[in-house]
Amino acid sequence: MNERITRLREKSQSAIPQISAERALLVTEFYKSDLCQQVSVPMRRALAFDHILNNKSICIVDDELIVGERGPKPKSVPTYPEINLHSLEDLEILHSRPKVWFKSSDEVRKAYKDIVIPFWTGKTNREKIFNNLDRNWIDAYEAGVFTEFQEQRAPGHTVLGPKMFKTGFMELIQQIRIGISNLDFFNDEDAYNKREELKAMEVSANAIINFAYRNAGELELLAQSETDEDRKIELMKMASICRNVPANAPQTFHEALQHYWFIHIGVITEVNPWDSFNPGRLDQHLYPFYCKEIDEGTLTIEGAIELLESFWVKFNNHPAPPKIGVTAKESSTYTDFSLINLGGVKADGSDAVNELTYIILDVIEEMRLLQPSSMVQVSKKSPNRFLKRTARIVKTGFGQPSIFNTDAIIQQLLYQGKSLEDARNGGASGCVETGAFGTESYILTGYFNLVKIFELAMHNGVDPLTGKKVGLSTGDMSKFDSFDQILDAMAKQVKYFVDIKVKGTNIIDRIFAENLPVPFLSLLIDDCISSGTDYNNGGARYNTSYIQGVGLGSLTDILTSIKYNVFDEKNVSFGELLKATISNFKDHIELRNNLVNHTPKYGNDNDYADEQATSIFNIFLDAVDGRPNTKGGHFRINMLPTTSHVYFGSVTGATPDGRLAHKPLSEGISPFQGADRKGPSAVIKSASKIDHLKTGGTLLNQKFTPALLEDEKGLDSLVSLIRAYFRMDGHHIQFNVVTAKQLREAQKHPENHKDLIVRVAGYSDYFNDLGDELQEEIIRRSEHKEY
Amino acid sequence: MFGTIFDIVHFAIHDGPGIRQTIFFKGCPLSCWWCHNPESRSSDIKLVDREETMDGFKLSDKETIGMRYSIDGVMTEINKDIVFFEESGGGVTLSGGEPLQQHEFALELLKECRKLEIHTCVDTTGNLSSDILSNIASYTDLFLYDLKHIDDAQHIKYTGVSNKQILNNLKMLDEMKKDVWIRFPLIPGINDDESDFLRLMEFLSKLKNDHPISLLPYHKIGSQKYNRYGIEYKMNGISEPDSDYIFQIKSMFTNAGFATSVGG
Repeated sequence: MNERITRLREKSQSAIPQISAERALLVTEFYKSDLCQQVSVPMRRALAFDHILNNKSICIVDDELIVGERGPKPKSVPTYPEINLHSLEDLEILHSRPKVWFKSSDEVRKAYKDIVIPFWTGKTNREKIFNNLDRNWIDAYEAGVFTEFQEQRAPGHTVLGPKMFKTGFMELIQQIRIGISNLDFFNDEDAYNKREELKAMEVSANAIINFAYRNAGELELLAQSETDEDRKIELMKMASICRNVPANAPQTFHEALQHYWFIHIGVITEVNPWDSFNPGRLDQHLYPFYCKEIDEGTLTIEGAIELLESFWVKFNNHPAPPKIGVTAKESSTYTDFSLINLGGVKADGSDAVNELTYIILDVIEEMRLLQPSSMVQVSKKSPNRFLKRTARIVKTGFGQPSIFNTDAIIQQLLYQGKSLEDARNGGASGCVETGAFGTESYILTGYFNLVKIFELAMHNGVDPLTGKKVGLSTGDMSKFDSFDQILDAMAKQVKYFVDIKVKGTNIIDRIFAENLPVPFLSLLIDDCISSGTDYNNGGARYNTSYIQGVGLGSLTDILTSIKYNVFDEKNVSFGELLKATISNFKDHIELRNNLVNHTPKYGNDNDYADEQATSIFNIFLDAVDGRPNTKGGHFRINMLPTTSHVYFGSVTGATPDGRLAHKPLSEGISPFQGADRKGPSAVIKSASKIDHLKTGGTLLNQKFTPALLEDEKGLDSLVSLIRAYFRMDGHHIQFNVVTAKQLREAQKHPENHKDLIVRVAGYSDYFNDLGDELQEEIIRRSEHKEY
Repeated sequence: MFGTIFDIVHFAIHDGPGIRQTIFFKGCPLSCWWCHNPESRSSDIKLVDREETMDGFKLSDKETIGMRYSIDGVMTEINKDIVFFEESGGGVTLSGGEPLQQHEFALELLKECRKLEIHTCVDTTGNLSSDILSNIASYTDLFLYDLKHIDDAQHIKYTGVSNKQILNNLKMLDEMKKDVWIRFPLIPGINDDESDFLRLMEFLSKLKNDHPISLLPYHKIGSQKYNRYGIEYKMNGISEPDSDYIFQIKSMFTNAGFATSVGG
């Protein structure tokens, strides 16, 4: 890392996350204007976007090579009151909570008190959503059966495809104008809606071009007063780049990065999408620029690295928008899930790993930043060098890059009906979510608490924590004569809550489509322009709604425990077991010991236990997979938790696997913390028994001691382990390379371990930034070491 | 047919090439002072007391040391890991204890593995009859062969048996052109006398084929087991060799022309 990057990185790391009222005030100003009242909804959104970008402050950080900030300065985070309005109390909570805080000044609070809150109260999208949902949705949500991604944040969750690295916005405007002139007002009943949407896209395209010009103007001013000759030349060059992109297609490596960055800022300014945004297959997109310039001698490898590292810092400057309530609990992190993809295959199916792939891996290792997240796509065609280089970074213990199976991703996309070429251009984003890049809207709708649902089934639909009837009456389990009846009851409850969730999502999707179209994002994703339809209204070529199952490992152990201890071995009656869970195992120490230590568990390649994992998986899959959404696409499942397994655990009482009340559930498809005792290969075998190809992503974490990866043999074995998992269609795996002892030490002396990064579930985070319960959860995960 | 096995380890990465499954046989004719699996010496299955802690309460429980397995039982475990063997160029390692103390059971397992095209490795003390070993050798792809001391009197002192048969068997495997990796536990003050090293190298240089050498530096990991299982521990006062020292010994072997590595 050169001196400039060291300074930029340090500045980014030490910037204080804080709330900026700038965007909130600008959007309020626009919504109060007469113009706002006179235009269609898409135009309103486009003009609001234009108003913000035309009036927001321009920030150029000293030394930086890529410009553009969402807020007035790094880590100064805007708010989106039209979507979710923060109260003064919320601002105080955000300001003073111990983890993932955002400071807010008196000035911000005054602006909120005097202007933002009075205007938006009663008008926000969040209120609209909660006013339109059924009572049983609210009950399930409050009981912790599921979460809702769209209650505080807009749908987004998509990734840029190859097109935009070859296209400028002027060209898109040409396409839009042709689209408008071709509209058939005589036969197409949607012609007016399409025209408004296309007009809105044009306004948005012009807005981002103007925003780049404003940055260029600022750079020119800075250049005039710059005394350092080298920096002066650099600033002039950056200004000329901002006058070329994103208006026109990028011509150089530097332009390509700047082009993307303006797009990124556009997407996360228009709304607060979850996930933020993502350049996708970066090594593929940049490779033609890299080759051309290396050949022509206008770029050196060092120069490319410096630009990439300056680009990396820009991601790190942009924490996720502030989250509150349940949303903060399910995703308690500053990370905004921009996941850079490397490797994989090309559209023609050949191996995509190139020289730039390895350079970007060097950048990832050197920068060691949480944002952007990074991942490698490993196909059967990928060279072992690629995987081994990755393993060497993983060994340094910051949980990046995460490792994905390209061949499985392609098959998942084909199963969902994508073309082979679109599938090969795809990858994973967010934590582990499969998507067709540049062509798909694939929205995460919320986490789904499988363990809570079983708890409700155990109590005949009543939540034992509140006494409230939340689920169906599926019968008194203590009277069941067979284990199949238990699975049956579970299947009925799952179906019931999936119905509630699907209905809610179909309502929320329409609320967004009608009130919060995203004309800027629609410019980027095919086929929104050619169909004249907004991204939020089914304009993308593919439209998927995911429900994310949580607690597979825990629930497998719960069902296995009931089958083993109640039905097969008859160690205890169901009634006694239920009583013990209600008492949180008080005075049932011996029973709890048997449940924890002498009952088969998921994660040990034991078919007796793993059979239940496939049962639950199939129950969940059957209830969700293939149901239509309102955008011409379908509901699908994936299996990931972010931090929701901690929240879901906190609302779930003690369980028949011996887990104590309110403790975290298992994460992803990983075994329950400490339940896997036969080493990593046995875990992989267990995890392979579910059908990964029918999901849109699964998440498996493993913890290795550093000693296990000390020598080449250890690294080679890790590579083989991953290859074996992928041969069995495993989707994703990631490793924490750390000992429990190190983590305990970091808990005792956080001041000495500010840089300690761990893998949580689909992303990495600073250990110090994790809540206490999550820290404990990670420490309890099994540690694979040499015997 | 049944065998007495005291552990089956998946993802064993230092017991031969690739990712291996190591089957630990119970029972050993040697009683090396430094043994880190002292519970594997006796060939009996034992029930010992064990204390478990749950929520701060102590619970007493029984733990079985050793388990009887049928050939099918072991093969079921082996079959689970084939994908890892194939991806890594690994396979099955029979270890112990001394796996060939139950040579009939071991031979059946080796034959079954060969049927399944699984690479096999036998980790042996070599302290057994040549006939049995040569029969085993025809179904074994690789031997991990332990040499513990070149001096017979010292060998008897520290392991309880003579090394004559062991050295002869090694010569026989060498004649048979079997792949053999020599494993030498490096125990400070016990088998690291320079003149003994010279004698060892002289012996090895007389073999017809080259065999790589692994130095296994002494570690105390197993020492607590002696207490737990009520076995006398004779290694008090002997410390683990440091990395400089290990490197020095390794260099000595390497300089003498032996391909030498440290660890499995």
